[in-house]
Amino acid sequence: MSEQSSPPGVPQASLQLAYPVRGLDFSSAGEAAGRIKRALQQIGVPSAVIRRAAIVAYEAEMNIVIHARQGTLRASISPGRIELIAEDEGPGIADIEQAMQEGFSTAPDHIREMGFGAGMGLSNIKRCSSQMTIVSDVGRGTKVTAILTGW
Amino acid sequence: MRLSEITRILDAEVLCGTDKLDSDVSAAFACDLMSDVLAFSGPRPLLLTGLTNSQVVRTAEVIDAPAIIFVRGKRPTAAIIALATEKGLACLLTTRLMYESCGLLYQAGLPGCRPGKEVTGGGQGVGAV
Repeated sequence: MSEQSSPPGVPQASLQLAYPVRGLDFSSAGEAAGRIKRALQQIGVPSAVIRRAAIVAYEAEMNIVIHARQGTLRASISPGRIELIAEDEGPGIADIEQAMQEGFSTAPDHIREMGFGAGMGLSNIKRCSSQMTIVSDVGRGTKVTAILTGW
Repeated sequence: MRLSEITRILDAEVLCGTDKLDSDVSAAFACDLMSDVLAFSGPRPLLLTGLTNSQVVRTAEVIDAPAIIFVRGKRPTAAIIALATEKGLACLLTTRLMYESCGLLYQAGLPGCRPGKEVTGGGQGVGAV
């Protein structure tokens, strides 16, 4: 785990957080999202916004753990704006539109037995975000960017 | 409804968080699909589930659930209870099944939670590249 914060004196104060996420490491899955949530609590972001950001971060982190070899979950927090980026080295998504459909999932049974793989992850991220972008390269990886604004 | 009353109604065993039994919960959500918990539960719900892995605790943390009730007598491992303790959650264990647990709590006046408006982020579509 690594955390970086902007040096003091930087205008438009922003907090940068970055956490490595390992594929199939279910014991730690959710730890990065939890840390981002606690950082938002310490800053004093409204609780309803924290909840949305925590859901986005957790779903994005779980996607890396379930599907990818490894990745990074980053958060860029500034007044009135949170940007969450989940970037992974993994199989990529061949059909993003299909992956966005509620109920569609490629997760194997052992993931479903953990309560995930219900095909709600990306749609959950979209629902909780003001703006969401997915960039994916099949065989190389996926980058999900979610921006929360407006409070 | 106080957690102590919920404990009594479900004849539950307190696995951790005995110091939190005076806390109040105003609504509950019952589910074994953690993605659905994230998608459909409202703020600060009591979480009832038959799953006992660490993702239940992580999910409870994300949605600000103050307590988890493990139904069907599903006992989580000591490591899971330790994680819940670290996160400040109370954990209860009942041998009652999910349907009966929910029915008893609903009958006693604990409503189901509905997704709050604040949960919706006003998603404006997905830019796929």
